[in-house]
Amino acid sequence: MSILVNKNTRVVVQGITGKEGSFHATQCKAYGTQVVAGVTPGKAGQEVEGIPVFNTVRDAVKKTEATTSLIFVPPPFAADAILEAAEAGIWLIICISEGIPVNDMVKVKRALHGRATRLIGPNCPGIITAEECKIGIMPGFIHKKGRVGVISRSGTLTYEAVNQLTQLGLGETTCVGIGGDPIIGTGYIDLLHMFEEDDETEAVVMIGEIGGDAEEKAAAFIEKEMSKPVVSFIAGITAPPGRRMGHAGAIITGGKGTAADKMAALESAGVTVVKNPAEIGVAVQSVLS
Amino acid sequence: MDIHEFQAKQLFAQFGIPVPKGKEIKNARAAEKWAAALETSVYVVKAQIHAGGRGKAGGVKITKNAEEVPGLAQELIGKTLVTHQTGPKGRKVRRLLIEEGAGIAKELYLSLLVDRDSGCPTFIASTEGGMDIEEVAEQTPEKVLKESIDPAVGFQAHNGRNLAFALGLPDLEPAVVKPFFQMLDNLYRLFMEKNAAMLEINPLVITTDKRLVALDGKVSFDDSALYKHPDVQKFRDLHEEDPMEIEAGKHNLNYVKLDGDIGCMVNGAGLAMATMDVIKLAGSEPANFLDVGGGATKETVAAGFRILLKDKKVKGIFINIFGGIVRCERIAHGVIEAAKEVGIKLPVVVRLQGTNAGEGRKLLAESGLKVEGVADLWEAAQRIVALRKKKK
Repeated sequence: MSILVNKNTRVVVQGITGKEGSFHATQCKAYGTQVVAGVTPGKAGQEVEGIPVFNTVRDAVKKTEATTSLIFVPPPFAADAILEAAEAGIWLIICISEGIPVNDMVKVKRALHGRATRLIGPNCPGIITAEECKIGIMPGFIHKKGRVGVISRSGTLTYEAVNQLTQLGLGETTCVGIGGDPIIGTGYIDLLHMFEEDDETEAVVMIGEIGGDAEEKAAAFIEKEMSKPVVSFIAGITAPPGRRMGHAGAIITGGKGTAADKMAALESAGVTVVKNPAEIGVAVQSVLS
Repeated sequence: MDIHEFQAKQLFAQFGIPVPKGKEIKNARAAEKWAAALETSVYVVKAQIHAGGRGKAGGVKITKNAEEVPGLAQELIGKTLVTHQTGPKGRKVRRLLIEEGAGIAKELYLSLLVDRDSGCPTFIASTEGGMDIEEVAEQTPEKVLKESIDPAVGFQAHNGRNLAFALGLPDLEPAVVKPFFQMLDNLYRLFMEKNAAMLEINPLVITTDKRLVALDGKVSFDDSALYKHPDVQKFRDLHEEDPMEIEAGKHNLNYVKLDGDIGCMVNGAGLAMATMDVIKLAGSEPANFLDVGGGATKETVAAGFRILLKDKKVKGIFINIFGGIVRCERIAHGVIEAAKEVGIKLPVVVRLQGTNAGEGRKLLAESGLKVEGVADLWEAAQRIVALRKKKK
């Protein structure tokens, strides 16, 4: 088992004829993902590495039965692309695009409210079920089928953690990048719940960073609902308040959202918190042994 | 992006939110002219910098005598203000806002921002105006009121009623209740139309003649939406930004200056923060946050080097690249060429991991440069800290 996606997941790539879209669609396909369609308005009939291109997500879904969408559309048009996918009946939308205006996402989040469609991201590396299917921009080769679920607000820092898990022979079930923006589709709690229910996942790595209080809320959930061990690293213990550290969501405001607060909340919820990002893998190894 | 108070008030006025009559002033002569034209009993001279706490730092002067205004302006212009938000170096005052004073009956607090939890624009209001809202939230959390607006329908009358009654506005001053509703509606419009990240009025005052006036104004904008608003872009004041951060922005690099002495360059924001943390764990302090992006190239690495070297406090450089889609041997080439081009004399440790990392480290070892390639993150951090201490 795994969560959200597996070898049977049928993917449509929105923005497939762009530089990023075509490159990553090809990479995902090479990993074994069923990339069954692409969408770029006005380019129906073309192909990208054998993947048929459609004008609209609606056409792509009708012809290929795609259920999951991967979005590489430029930020000014990305909110519309998410809504188009939802309207077309896509149930899982993974949005990679970085720099979508917050107010656009406010409207998207409201529009998706109450629908069955789930959004992952935006501004995220995507989602991968090791050795089955990669829907995103992460390097596939560092992943190995195994026992650990990974949830992260970051990109390359996730690769760092995954690499450690793989090197230690622990491997991963599914890894989800939830995105570094202030407004995201899916947060920690839903995914923690899914990993708790997933038979193959034995432990969860949760990688957070400064800003907001999502980690604190996740801590409360873990304390009440999780029986599986959780290992966490929070980036930004050295980050100064009031400064945006790259990600739009990574900012300490009014004394809230500090790494120290998050670590304390997680620790008191029974989570193994590592201070050194080089020790994430080792910490998982020790909670599993 | 932050803007000045006088710019925020211009926007407020444009959206029908009442503000004191005032003008941006850059020198004493202009101050004299404006003071003569401004009909009021009290003149307020306010330093314009992108930081709060100006009043306590002596950046706000008040006088009843128009003839004193140019002298006060002279005193403030060119002065360096140190507030709790500027850091010890302070900010140089280049512009002033000179406006009419108001007779204050009551000070309130009002702001609007997106609440991460609900994903909705949310008003925050309090009867404790003029104070730091964070302090109010800490000491008397029951006095911080919140009202979320459903973005599908926008601001509604009941949102206004909820806030007005909770604040006790009808008892405080019934005459300002309707203007308060109007103000909330206008603020919401401004927030959505201009893609603001935060609007804050502190204090929002009820005047002795029963008017509601935004006595202060703070607005910041969503950087991702600036492309939609050329008028907002014109508000940008480069004097208020760090020159190195401006330079980094030109190369699409994300740079934040800090106070330590180990310069670091990393691909990805989360890993960049984690790298800062690991430098501290190893016994030094990071000099900066620098994210060269997921797709680092020779050009971005060279630009990163130049920016790091401009900070004279930097005594060692730590490059941490996790090659995913980017191949490590290409990064190594980039580091070598950039190091030769820029002429680096400081110790440099390059931690390469991921795609073709071994080849990358081999290239570094054979380059003849004093650049060390390391595979392990913790080992690399300890190495750069050791090299830096040896140099001392």
